[in-house]
Amino acid sequence: MTTTAVREPVRPAPPGAPRRPRPGRVRRIGLPYLLLLPALLLELLVHLVPMVIGIVMSFKELTQFYIRDWGTAPWTGLGNYQVSVDFSAPVGEALLHSFLVTVAFTLLSVGLCWLVGTAAAICMQDTFRGRGLLRALFLVPYALPVYAAVITWVFMFQHDNGLVNHVLHDQLHLTDKPSFWLIGDNSFWALLTVSVWKGWPFAFLIVMAGLQNIPRDLYEAAALDGAGVWQQIRRITLPSLRPVNQVLVLVLFLWTFNDFNTPYVLFGRAAPEAADLISVHIYQASFVTWNFGTGSAMSVLLLLFLLVVTGVYLVLTSRGRRAASDA
Amino acid sequence: MRSVRAAAVGAVTLSLALAASACGGGSATNGGSDDSPKTLTYWASNQGASVEVDKKVLRPELDKFEKRTGIRVELEVVPWSDLLNRILTATTSGQGPDVLNIGNTWSASLQATGALLPWDAKNLAAIGGKDRFVDSALGSTGARGQDPAAVPLYSMAYALYYNKKMFADAGIAKPPATWAELVADGRKLSKDGKWGLGAEGANPSENIHHAFVFAKQHGGDFFTADGKADFTNDGAVAGVKQYVDLMAKDRIIAPGNAEYAQNQSVSDFAKGRTAMLLWQSASANLKSQGMSEDAYGIAPVPVRSGTPGTGENVNSMVAGINLAVFKNTDNLSGAKQFVKFMTSDAEQKILNTAYSSIPPVKSAQADAAFNTPANAVLKDTLASSAAALPQVADESQFETAVGTAIKGLFADAAAGRPVTTESVRTALEKARQQMPAK
Repeated sequence: MTTTAVREPVRPAPPGAPRRPRPGRVRRIGLPYLLLLPALLLELLVHLVPMVIGIVMSFKELTQFYIRDWGTAPWTGLGNYQVSVDFSAPVGEALLHSFLVTVAFTLLSVGLCWLVGTAAAICMQDTFRGRGLLRALFLVPYALPVYAAVITWVFMFQHDNGLVNHVLHDQLHLTDKPSFWLIGDNSFWALLTVSVWKGWPFAFLIVMAGLQNIPRDLYEAAALDGAGVWQQIRRITLPSLRPVNQVLVLVLFLWTFNDFNTPYVLFGRAAPEAADLISVHIYQASFVTWNFGTGSAMSVLLLLFLLVVTGVYLVLTSRGRRAASDA
Repeated sequence: MRSVRAAAVGAVTLSLALAASACGGGSATNGGSDDSPKTLTYWASNQGASVEVDKKVLRPELDKFEKRTGIRVELEVVPWSDLLNRILTATTSGQGPDVLNIGNTWSASLQATGALLPWDAKNLAAIGGKDRFVDSALGSTGARGQDPAAVPLYSMAYALYYNKKMFADAGIAKPPATWAELVADGRKLSKDGKWGLGAEGANPSENIHHAFVFAKQHGGDFFTADGKADFTNDGAVAGVKQYVDLMAKDRIIAPGNAEYAQNQSVSDFAKGRTAMLLWQSASANLKSQGMSEDAYGIAPVPVRSGTPGTGENVNSMVAGINLAVFKNTDNLSGAKQFVKFMTSDAEQKILNTAYSSIPPVKSAQADAAFNTPANAVLKDTLASSAAALPQVADESQFETAVGTAIKGLFADAAAGRPVTTESVRTALEKARQQMPAK
């Protein structure tokens, strides 16, 4: 439609018909939309089409007998979803276990990332010699390619000649015997360590930017009124960072919950039960059974969960903010 | 005005270009064609010590092929950890190589997807006929009663590799022939930070190969005769338990091996940290790690009776690599020519020597190069005491599910938790529940 409007020759509008939009205006209104068209098509192509295909797949029985020609795969209706959420059967039970592990892992990881990042940013607020250098150093884990960073951790966590066991066992004698970090129950803590190490610089970066917007006079006034460092942090810094934190925590949550690279590089395709994060679990489930329909159904469920959490979070946090600003 | 129009035209053009490129993704055809007769893409599995070694071995041969036929072969060596997923992705998208290596145990699974060209009588005739190949190797090329999904390329078998000096130091005169002897020897060898035996505990495929053989030795199998998964029969449970017990109860495998998945057990053996290793065709790998051929001996894998054979005396799987043609290839005749080239006597000799494997081609196997003591053990095993893994459509799912379960059992053993018949049965039952419902 818009293209034809562009090609129409410019004509003066007949008098006495003021309601009819003049072609010139159509052109002026149409052009921005026209310019948006490539972006819209790209968005469709990159984002929406794969998502829709994934959702369609979740209603099909896409097993090894059909993956070569998807069209022939029979529809299963809600069958894949029933299998995924039947928590008394093995597949659903394993999914639920993995979901709970992921929730615990995400809460701990986001909490620690935020805590460490905020603490570091506040410590770095005042200028001192070497501040720039430290800031740059702090950002290194975030800037490293995931694979290179995590594979280094794999070497450090190795049982026989890893650095972690060398320090904890050989030098500090904290354990009776070298521990396993990449298999068994400790793997949860290994994963958490790597995740926090990798994630906190982002929190640091964002909070640091947020801190620049807090006027110095506030602190000076507070100091004159006799407020100590803790009171300044509680009464000035944290409330001023509220809008920044709202976004930061949400983004960290989504990234951590969905993180695939860290557990996959750390544990390979078969993650230990204690560290069976949901993204790897879904991947593993699809490739164990070669049933990509069930895998897609699980992914759609994950998507729905994250949508609900995000929605509830945004409603709650912005209502709290509105109430705060009304008061 | 002119710039506005230019912008509009640009936007429309870009949109059209995007739409067009989104619709036309590649030129995959379903039945195979001869649209690009001058090139082939070949995915090779990682057979040598590293991907680089493989490229060095294969490139001169591919150049030879190009000189003869004018067909340029693009080579990609795919690591084992990625190969099956890459093949699945290629199957799903229809965008794959023309010719590819597959682990022979996957033949029936991949056959069921319909992605591979069936080797019917006509296709087989194009490469010299079925009779060129050894029977045991042909037994791992797809489900029984169907045309093979691939042709054998390299054959391998498991053997017991032992460090001669460590054996002499411990006063052990000959390699063990029964598991009781192996455990007794292993205990003598496990001291001063050295260990009797190495294992690749976190590698699902290695675990499966051993579990299959141990189960056979206990009269068990992982699939019923009509192809249903049955992981918890007494034989299978006893077999898996005996394998894990080498670490859990007999304590001749270092607990650290429970997290090995990148062939660390081979380097441990090459460096003299472990005295024995159960591996398939390890010679080339050991050589590249600096272990000279006279430093180690090769013996058949032990069996309970002491004499390998059939039935409960099976002591290896029929290991090997098959060569398959992707049905979607756009150079069908070139692909067949390439398979014929790779299975020719001359190439079989060169490649199997480089990879210390045994040629599955009869006329090449007879060559003197494959009569060394090491190869004699492997050849004997393949001929008389090796069994093919189940040729059923669910085979690769079985590898992942049971292999992962055994990884968990090794983790238990390493952490000092008890591994009992019950815990093994529970782990295997969980694995069975993951298998596709029938």
